[in-house]
Amino acid sequence: MRDLSHPLSETAPGETGQGGSGFSRRAFLKGSGAAVAASVIATAVEESIAQEKKVQRVVAGKPTELKLDINGKSQTVTVEPRVTLLDVLRNDLNLTGAKEVCTTTNCGACTVLIDGKPALACAKFAVECLGKKITTVEGLNSGKELDDVVKCFVKHDATQCGYCTPGFMVATKAFVSANPGATLEQIRKGLGGNICRCGTYDGLAKAAVECVANAKKGGK
Amino acid sequence: MAERKFGWGKRSENVLIGKSIPRIDAAVKATGAAKYTADTNSKGTLFARLLSSKHAAAKLTAIDLEAVKNLPGVKAVHAFKEVGDEIRWEGELIAAVAAERAEQAEDAVKALEATAKFEVLEHFVDEADVARAAFANRTKGLGKANKGDVEEALKTAKAVHKGFYGIHTISHMCLEPHGSHCEWKGDDLDVHLSTQSVSGTPSQFAEPLGIDASNVTVTANYEGGGFGSKFQADEWGIAAAKMAKEAGRPVRLMLDRATELKIGGTRPSGFIDVTVAADADGKVVAWDSIHWGTAGVGGGGVDLGQMPYPFDFPNVSKAQVGISCNTGPNRAWRAPPHPQLCAITQPALDDLAAKLKMDSYDFFMKNLVFTQHGKGEVYAEEMKIAAKEIDWKKKWHPRGKGAAGPVKQGLGMALHTWGGGPGACTCTLKIHPDGAVESFLGSQDIGTGTRTIICITMAETLGLPLEGVKVNLGSSKYPASAPSGGSITVGGVSGAHRRAAQTALWKLFDLVAAKYKVEADGLTAKDGNILNGKDKVCTWKQACALLGQMPLEVQGKGPEKDGLTSERVGGVQMVDLSVDTGTGLVRINKFVSVQDCGMIIDELTAKSQVLGGLIMGIAYALTEEQIMDNKTGRYINADLLNYKLPGIGDVGELVAIMYQPDSEYDRGVIGLGEPPVIAPGAAISNAVANAIGVRVPVLPLTPKRVLDALKGGQA
Ligand code: FES
Ligand code: FES
Repeated sequence: MRDLSHPLSETAPGETGQGGSGFSRRAFLKGSGAAVAASVIATAVEESIAQEKKVQRVVAGKPTELKLDINGKSQTVTVEPRVTLLDVLRNDLNLTGAKEVCTTTNCGACTVLIDGKPALACAKFAVECLGKKITTVEGLNSGKELDDVVKCFVKHDATQCGYCTPGFMVATKAFVSANPGATLEQIRKGLGGNICRCGTYDGLAKAAVECVANAKKGGK
Repeated sequence: MAERKFGWGKRSENVLIGKSIPRIDAAVKATGAAKYTADTNSKGTLFARLLSSKHAAAKLTAIDLEAVKNLPGVKAVHAFKEVGDEIRWEGELIAAVAAERAEQAEDAVKALEATAKFEVLEHFVDEADVARAAFANRTKGLGKANKGDVEEALKTAKAVHKGFYGIHTISHMCLEPHGSHCEWKGDDLDVHLSTQSVSGTPSQFAEPLGIDASNVTVTANYEGGGFGSKFQADEWGIAAAKMAKEAGRPVRLMLDRATELKIGGTRPSGFIDVTVAADADGKVVAWDSIHWGTAGVGGGGVDLGQMPYPFDFPNVSKAQVGISCNTGPNRAWRAPPHPQLCAITQPALDDLAAKLKMDSYDFFMKNLVFTQHGKGEVYAEEMKIAAKEIDWKKKWHPRGKGAAGPVKQGLGMALHTWGGGPGACTCTLKIHPDGAVESFLGSQDIGTGTRTIICITMAETLGLPLEGVKVNLGSSKYPASAPSGGSITVGGVSGAHRRAAQTALWKLFDLVAAKYKVEADGLTAKDGNILNGKDKVCTWKQACALLGQMPLEVQGKGPEKDGLTSERVGGVQMVDLSVDTGTGLVRINKFVSVQDCGMIIDELTAKSQVLGGLIMGIAYALTEEQIMDNKTGRYINADLLNYKLPGIGDVGELVAIMYQPDSEYDRGVIGLGEPPVIAPGAAISNAVANAIGVRVPVLPLTPKRVLDALKGGQA
């Protein structure tokens, strides 16, 4: 059903398709396989150290102080390496726009931007985000004027219960910025990684069509 | 003075009512600012995790809660089951842990799981196989009903069709799972609850906690989907409150995704063996069915009361058998149990039409005389509109006789009905001396646009702009309002607010009349002014200033029999789709819904309800189902990867046409939440049969089922 070539899939290579009720790599990492988790995380951390010299040292398994760049602000949290970016955002920083729905990379409700690209916060450990710029739906909507995506969502009634809507807002924003003037078919593919249970796809599609047209006209 | 009567204004004079008005809380949702229960993070909040059963049937023989009480971060532990208690379905809750951090609670649950021991018992989870169920002693007769003489009618019928049809159990899959945030303030309990019943849940918390309902405040400002599954405090809500008490800290307990799917509510399955017959004219003369299904361990299933749906044929015989399965208990699922009734009735009728070599459209048109609730004429109009929109006459082909090639196109239709009468509602409307207007009610906006239609109703009545009125809902401390279920909310709240606003306005008119020496009878409120005929008497603010220091407070109640609201809607849905006979994949090309629902307050949000219904319908028609593993008794697709829901690219072109001649406006407001989700299963199934020439008998019409039917059909 969902298009795995969707840009959001890019954020979770090897994760997509591994969810499920029986086994998920992330659940495994979060769970009893602490030793394995530690080594995997250590690798992830080494990679980010290689890229970012100033990065802090992380001791796997122990709560560690992390300085994260979130919505342009430096935020300090003390969490174990197995804690996801989503949990940090929602539970430690009260940035609850990104929702926890599946935790298995299958719904898009937790979509944020990492270095400007859409990513699934449930599929990232907070430690992986050291040195990266994280933007949440709150960060995208901190201005006085409503963002064009939000305006179009409102106009076309792209929300019902609204639980999926922040995820769609971020995904649409990223899609529109990357694909001004996209066709309806491209929109349907591009936003195919997000799930809405209430059935707001018609309004979402109409909103996105207007957004990409506005983006093409420029200025928005 | 002329008698003052409640009523809606002239349709042509409405400024807001009936127009397409964006919902007033859309931006707050889209920007992530809306705070749901799952987002509640008051200071010191603990996070709860649940231990649930992996067995479908078992007895708990050991568990050691003490073993985890001193683990890092753990602040409270709650037992749902004691040693010796029985477990009756996978996912049934055993214990909960609240800890400083979510991951600590998860660790504790794992540790607790290691101490739990079970005596595994026999389970049964096969909802479709009634013979196996009978053999396993899992069936129970649930009644029979007869009308006329089926046997006699079958003898003289022109065409007789025998068939089997079914629709599997699905879960509600609310994106915000069930759960709460509980915080004690002395003896008072504050609950943020993801609920469809703000006014109805405080006493459900109070009783098991041994406190008065007046000590409980339930708040639900936003709710991330309920669809009929969120009317209760639930045992996990009580557990959160108890753990919060034990820890002296707030506790947030939301079901995890797998548990949400397993215990957060399911829709019963329905299967049917049916014989249906028609005369030479194409009119149905006899219906004879036996049906079965499950609603969980209690047995039950789809109630047969309204079979064959929504028809009342001259000769009917029907019987029902319930199957007890070790699966999570059912809860009301949007329009219970109409979607299943529709999905097992109307494909049988459509197959009879094919046997008669009739165009399905003509067949259904002919049989509208048998529809219940006297809606035949409205259905006929709706069928004409839908057929025109989907180009039925041009696109129709006899079953399986479409263009050559591997991708087959087909048309199908179905129709539905629902009550939607108003629920109980009390609201308090306040007009402040400065002209500000606000209302209070213990209702909830579950995504249906309740806030918006309340504000439209108040603003229209008082002649104010939408921004000039405010609604406060979502707290049990406000005047009681019915749960949002059964499409009763829009009628309930709009009726009560119209009455309150009219009453308040009449009081203001009396003050204005006295002050400005005009007749109160001739006054109207429009565009922020009070008018006498066409002449402006004063502004709204000047009128409100006459109140003095105190606000004017008025209660609105309902339902009343004053014509503001009524009930009984119908609708027709037609779908054009393509089936890839190589892969079995069904693609919706175009899906048209024509729906009546009385007077529409906001056309934009009304259409959204319909479009959402079509999309949920596409989901259960094509992809979503609870898949139980017979061997282990487990719900094996309880996650968002394998529980398949359509994405934005999977729904085709959707057209929502609101049927609204003046005769509908005159009926007053009627609920719309449920009806559009009823017919998609049958309409899609009929279109697939039309496309490929054989019936895929059981929903959802997954590629495998389509390919199996094609193989059978070709054999
Ligand atoms: S919660 Fe992250 S994709 Fe669903
Ligand atoms: S609006 Fe409810 S899940 Fe999308």
